[in-house]
Amino acid sequence: MTKTISALPARKRGFPLPVRVKLEPRLETPRWLPWATTIGSIVIALVFTGLILVYVGGDPIQSFRAIYLAAFGNLGVFSDTLVKATPLILTGLACLLAFRMRLWNIGAEGQFFLGAWGATLIVEAVLGKDASPWLFIPLMMVSGIVFGALWGFIPGFLKARLNVNEIITTLMLNYIAVLFVQFYVFGPWSERGFQLTPAFPRAAWLPRLTDYASVFKPFSGLTVHLGFVFALLAVVGVWYFLNRTRWGYEIRLIGDNPNAARYAGVNIAMLTIVVFMISGGLAGLAGMSEVAGVVHRLQDRISPGYGFTAIIIAWLAKLNPWAVIPVAILFGGLLIGSREIQPSGIARMLQGVLLFTLISSEVLNHYRIKIERAH
Amino acid sequence: MNFWVNILSAGVSNGTALLFATIGELLAERAGVLNLGVEGMMLMGAVAAYGTAAATGDPWLGLLVGMLAGGILSLLHAFVVISLRADQVVSGLSLTFLGTGLSLVLGEGLASVKGVPTIPTFSLPLLADLPFFGPIFFDTKSVLVYVGYVLIPLMWFYVYRTRSGLHLRAIGEYPAAADSLGINVYALRYFYVFIGGVLAGLAGGAITLSITPGWFSEFTTSGYGWIAIGLVIFAQWDPVRAAFGSYLFGSLRRFTLDVQGVQDVFGIGNPFFFDRNLQFFLEMLPYALTIIVLIIGSRAAIRKRLGAPAALGLPYVRGERGSV
Repeated sequence: MTKTISALPARKRGFPLPVRVKLEPRLETPRWLPWATTIGSIVIALVFTGLILVYVGGDPIQSFRAIYLAAFGNLGVFSDTLVKATPLILTGLACLLAFRMRLWNIGAEGQFFLGAWGATLIVEAVLGKDASPWLFIPLMMVSGIVFGALWGFIPGFLKARLNVNEIITTLMLNYIAVLFVQFYVFGPWSERGFQLTPAFPRAAWLPRLTDYASVFKPFSGLTVHLGFVFALLAVVGVWYFLNRTRWGYEIRLIGDNPNAARYAGVNIAMLTIVVFMISGGLAGLAGMSEVAGVVHRLQDRISPGYGFTAIIIAWLAKLNPWAVIPVAILFGGLLIGSREIQPSGIARMLQGVLLFTLISSEVLNHYRIKIERAH
Repeated sequence: MNFWVNILSAGVSNGTALLFATIGELLAERAGVLNLGVEGMMLMGAVAAYGTAAATGDPWLGLLVGMLAGGILSLLHAFVVISLRADQVVSGLSLTFLGTGLSLVLGEGLASVKGVPTIPTFSLPLLADLPFFGPIFFDTKSVLVYVGYVLIPLMWFYVYRTRSGLHLRAIGEYPAAADSLGINVYALRYFYVFIGGVLAGLAGGAITLSITPGWFSEFTTSGYGWIAIGLVIFAQWDPVRAAFGSYLFGSLRRFTLDVQGVQDVFGIGNPFFFDRNLQFFLEMLPYALTIIVLIIGSRAAIRKRLGAPAALGLPYVRGERGSV
């Protein structure tokens, strides 16, 4: 390289705007501001999505109303919403835990599939059809968690030992996991050549409220299953782990200030692997709960992108485990409701816009926007 | 011999889309901005290009609109991460969500449209008659493939041998120093993110209008956007290595199809020929290889102390202490 840069630039270029927008750091954030910006960003996302709906010839008010009624209109549909919220809470927690350490686990989707596969493995290859539910359910849970954790171990290990970018590896493993499940449902475990396994025996089903309708009449038709309880317990578990244990403390320290953590002697490599495995285990449990509680068989279309929606849920919950519950229920409702409207991409688009407006609004919490005249 | 020529020839055609996307991401990352929205921008480019070509009958106009669509989408990312200094990872992911969702909404019904014109192909006289290289590189290729050939050396020259290229590298390595020399860091970062979006849009358009004509919802790009991001790391931010990687992955895609048609490999029965279900493992290859390629790239980066542009992923705040 023989060229050198001259010290004095010929001309300073810039945008020829009459005003200049500046961001000034806020010394303190008013308590109401984060709430206001969050609500504001939800409103903006809805308005933007509404505009797109108008553009493609839909009626946004009618569509949003249809979504709301289909998701929260009565007890029956609200129960369906909770069913959808179950895997979302678990995968949301999986993402939350990893994000708290600034590990970008985008692979909850793949870990979910491996968990579902692990649970099915117990039914297909380990236990006989007439085994007791007391054997089926715990073994399926363990297997689902273990295989999810294994799928999380791969990117965790690669990140910790070889510094391989975990975003790409987790994403690639998502594709691989779906193909892996497809191999089994098209091939060895296929029922008469259809792309699904035979239905699980009743003993391998997670109990649902409707199963107790003979005891308590109003339960009839309610599809909420035991997985929802697992999800709530997992919320408590993740909260306890992050806030009341030594590893949890170190994870938060790494997330807030990796250099300080390194100087304090925190074993970052080990925790990277641990967090990835717990994260994968949570997503794996979600997969188990979905096949055992809802689908009752393995197929390749068990997820409408739970693992991806989970990313937004973790972010919208501001990485607070308790907040994951209401946010996941809201998104569960969106999944249920958006089945009612066309076109089908609306839900995904709304999620994308929402994530955008959210991270943009976060800037308002930390900075004051000042507009001044250009000199 | 013919078997491999077919694969490599298809690889060059398939890989052209990857090449555009990878070069685009490479430019943005060289400028210090990580854009994980490539998949979303490609899908937007794909649907905009195909939709326009279907409506007007002009594939070139379609390509142009596709490029613009990718570019406009990328400006959203640019605004959020450069001006608002938000997290580049989260913003890039949202861009993928947004682009995917938006393209599904806009592409509703587009899958059944018939008779959409595609980008013309031609053979280079003389060069096409070369043994081995002729059929691979110069025989009935889309115009876009030739555009790719021109782009590779051009990009190499631009990045390493021009003043603007020097500025590009400077704002990605040490924006504060670049700023003090009078380079407009913000404007240039906007510019390169936009170019990255335009190239991702072009990649999407290349798929729907040339490589595999048609709109197949989100399966149109089948993860190419993510592979492109992996390739940038594999390529160590070098345009020529990026081209090599793109053509390699393009070939792999064809290989997974062709290998199923071979009955015997060196006299041994080919399992992929006899058991169709094993195709799922073949389909894993590009994704598995991306991971392997990343491992290789990361090891090389550690060994040679090379690696990502130093300021990649970090917002630049003028005059702030400790800001690189």
